[in-house]
Amino acid sequence: MNHLDSKFGDYGGMYVPELLIPALDQLEQAFIDAQNDPEFQAEFMGLLKDYAGRPTSMTLTRNLVSNPNVKLYLKREDLLHGGAHKTNQVLGQALLTKRMGKTEVIAETGAGQHGVATALACALMGLKARIYMGAKDVERQAPNVFRMRLMGAEVIPVNAGSGTLKDAVNEAMRDWSASYDKAHYLLGTAAGPHPFPTIVREFHRMIGEETKAQILEKEGRLPDAVVACVGGGSNAIGMFADFIDDLSVKLVGVEPAGKGIHTKDHGAAIGKGTTGILHGAYSYIMQDEDGQIEESYSVSAGLDYPAVGPQHAHLYDIGRAEYASVTDEEALNAFQLLSRKEGIIPALESSHALAHALNMADEAEDGSIIVVNLSGRGDKDLAHVHSILGDK
Amino acid sequence: MSQTNRYSQMFTELNSKNEGAFVPFVMVGDPDIDTSVEIINALVEGGADALELGFPYSDPIADGPTIQKAAIRALSHKIKTTECFAVIKRVRDKHPHIPIGLLLYSNLVLKRGIDTFYQDAAAAGVDSILIADVPLREADRFIAVAEQTGIQQILIAPPNASDETLSEIGHKSSGYTYLLGRAGVTGADTAVNIPANELVEKLVKYQVAPPLIGFGISTPQQVADAIKAGAAGAISGSATVNIIADNLDNPNVMLDTLKTFVSDMKQATKK
Repeated sequence: MNHLDSKFGDYGGMYVPELLIPALDQLEQAFIDAQNDPEFQAEFMGLLKDYAGRPTSMTLTRNLVSNPNVKLYLKREDLLHGGAHKTNQVLGQALLTKRMGKTEVIAETGAGQHGVATALACALMGLKARIYMGAKDVERQAPNVFRMRLMGAEVIPVNAGSGTLKDAVNEAMRDWSASYDKAHYLLGTAAGPHPFPTIVREFHRMIGEETKAQILEKEGRLPDAVVACVGGGSNAIGMFADFIDDLSVKLVGVEPAGKGIHTKDHGAAIGKGTTGILHGAYSYIMQDEDGQIEESYSVSAGLDYPAVGPQHAHLYDIGRAEYASVTDEEALNAFQLLSRKEGIIPALESSHALAHALNMADEAEDGSIIVVNLSGRGDKDLAHVHSILGDK
Repeated sequence: MSQTNRYSQMFTELNSKNEGAFVPFVMVGDPDIDTSVEIINALVEGGADALELGFPYSDPIADGPTIQKAAIRALSHKIKTTECFAVIKRVRDKHPHIPIGLLLYSNLVLKRGIDTFYQDAAAAGVDSILIADVPLREADRFIAVAEQTGIQQILIAPPNASDETLSEIGHKSSGYTYLLGRAGVTGADTAVNIPANELVEKLVKYQVAPPLIGFGISTPQQVADAIKAGAAGAISGSATVNIIADNLDNPNVMLDTLKTFVSDMKQATKK
């Protein structure tokens, strides 16, 4: 039986083959022990500080917001080693892997960002990583494939299904079914079966904790809203976690509307999806009337996932968080705007959060303070954006 | 309620003949609806004691490439859940006594509504339902509906199951118990590990429903070994589906090969 809550309201759970239950139970126990072990915490915090570069900065934008009486801050996860927030939780899970006495790590990746993060953590910890990646994504994300291989990870292209992230997740779960004795499945977002949504949240919650401390220091009060993009939802839940009980702080998740939320080409699982089970968790998912999973779409590969983490589904249902969506075009505009106005090139994922935050800032009352989680930097997106925009 | 008794009738008859059960698995709608019905009929004519039938699903995490490709073939014709039930009904009308089990994924059940899905299954003549991604821990609400609708909820006993899990399966299982021959996903490439008599003895001790061994069963020798180890029978999925995949252009050869395969596997169940 579970020692931690495996559900968020009705959402979450452990909808996996019976075979994987012992591995998930072992992981839950290792996580509980680690959270209560000062040595583990000291090692994790030490790595975050000295290896990854925490705490990350909090930057007040100078030129971005037209109303001079509205403050828009950026939580600079783009400055973290690896280029995105993802480094936080892979370090935590890599430490857990060692704690469980396992020597191998399995991971899935879409854009390759989680794969790169996994590869760096495994290189650091002396773990053997094999990373499943949709065959289409392997082609689209050649630089990240090279990065992973450079750091010693094996990259395995997945041809089954649509050859994208969800198929890579399927393949990683299959591998784990046969290898859990010596391998840890290092899931990349706050989704999947319990205990992953809880572990990933706890290993990212310093994002919100630092934000709170930094904004209190700078402004002497809590922000009016924190805004983060949501694919699976890991950077958002990391930002939200420490603010959930601060009811004055609006929690805003931003999903990818792709080519428009009224088209089929989007990834807004909360905005347009319905409830169901994908990859081990009950949540909002994109599916047809029979329950077959539909393909998601976004210009940003990191948001291109047809489900959302179960805690987001719960926060939405109880009205504690709100979820908006932003199209490819709006995200691309925000991408260029931040580059031009502030000299910061954001990840396309984070550009979604930024685009919505700018709309909020336009409508905000004087004196408002909004924080955007700038979850990653845009270096990885340059070739893609260049091909879309041309040499404008 | 003759429907709820088809498994126990089968096991009683097989016991009296000193035989184990051979249960082939195929995907409903693979490669298309009409051929699928002919395939299932061929399995029965070949001597299958019971049928395990899959409903195609887009994201089958417990299956290897063979079964996933079968699902993709079926879904390429945009087969609907309602049509899958219609296939079952056609098979049931032709074969009133053979136990028919469904093996599928939770989201297909949830989307239709658990109650509706089980009622539709019962109406089509289904005897049992196994949901590959519903472990014991999440199974209670499915078991409750199964009991109301006269469907047997099949539970999986993995090779790594704790005594606690086996004991719970003992209390909750009906129909048969799907005993995993090995870790991993479905597939004929990695052979079954026939479990030590210890595990089978434990299953007996915890009074689980009769165990059928699946995962990696592809030869008559493995069937014979499974039954020798104390299993009530064997399930063969990927090996059966491979015959379909290898003969897509020649349905007659496909059906004949399936019949011969089932007949050979069935022969091996005789003690």
